[in-house]
Amino acid sequence: MRVGVITFPGSLDDRDALRAVRLAGGEPVSLWHDDHDLQGVDALIIPGGFSYGDYLRCGAIAAHSPIMREVIDAANKGLPVLGICNGFQVLVEAHLLDGGLIRNDHGTFIRRDQKLRVENVDTAWTNTYELGQEITIPLKNGEGGFIADDETLKRLEGEGLVTFRYLDVNPNGSLNDIAGLRNARGNVVGLMPHPEHAVEAGFGPDADRMQSGTDGLAMFVSVLTDTVLSK
Amino acid sequence: MPTVIVEVMPKEVLLDPAGKATARALQRFGDGEITDVRIGKRFEITLNTDVTPELLEHIGELARDVLSNQVIEDVTSIHVAD
Repeated sequence: MRVGVITFPGSLDDRDALRAVRLAGGEPVSLWHDDHDLQGVDALIIPGGFSYGDYLRCGAIAAHSPIMREVIDAANKGLPVLGICNGFQVLVEAHLLDGGLIRNDHGTFIRRDQKLRVENVDTAWTNTYELGQEITIPLKNGEGGFIADDETLKRLEGEGLVTFRYLDVNPNGSLNDIAGLRNARGNVVGLMPHPEHAVEAGFGPDADRMQSGTDGLAMFVSVLTDTVLSK
Repeated sequence: MPTVIVEVMPKEVLLDPAGKATARALQRFGDGEITDVRIGKRFEITLNTDVTPELLEHIGELARDVLSNQVIEDVTSIHVAD
């Protein structure tokens, strides 16, 4: 299964995402923001970073870049798309996911190993987790505060679209502790923390042993074994 | 060449952490008369043609769809510079 990772000017974690795909057993494919070609990939990751310097708004210029026309079209037809951190911001700006992401309420950039609860496993990217599973993956952002109006928030909760929730600490003032979301179909998922930084023992967050945490790997395995979309 | 000014502000109901931090800094210089600061954006768009109602409408669409994110911001003003 071929999984594409789009590189924008200012992407930081594209190589890590490609590596995560490889470690999960998939075939990573590099895609370029200025192309109109998804190269026939079976799934797609929009990585973290500071696309276009985060000018205008985080993810806003990337959401209007050439390749996004194909991405939006493919996502609406069911192609699995995962947005990580800046990628989540891009998906929100592209209206593939609801709500918005604003500057952290405490005003500072934060980096921590973040505990999350998996709230929904009926998605292309979470189907190998257990419902309610608690995972720890790194978080690093300055503008990760999830907001939505009351009506949208009620709908997201009512339809069970909240996919990840912050546990123990709400690191950025996100409403309802929301760390990640899915779309109604379950093929599009976005989250602020970084699963691709927790895929190989020795290079992840601290767990049983120092840096042994690999809780992010299941996200990349999920899309390879995806049964949600073929239902 | 005419210039169109577009102004965008964070929605009233939302926390504006940058504005809050700036307000705290300004308050150090005063006698307590400054109570709040909100930070928005001003875009100066230069054109190579006369401004028509159609063009202004087009810029309005761009302001709504690209220059602002309606989930977190409002377009507060669109006007032609003097």
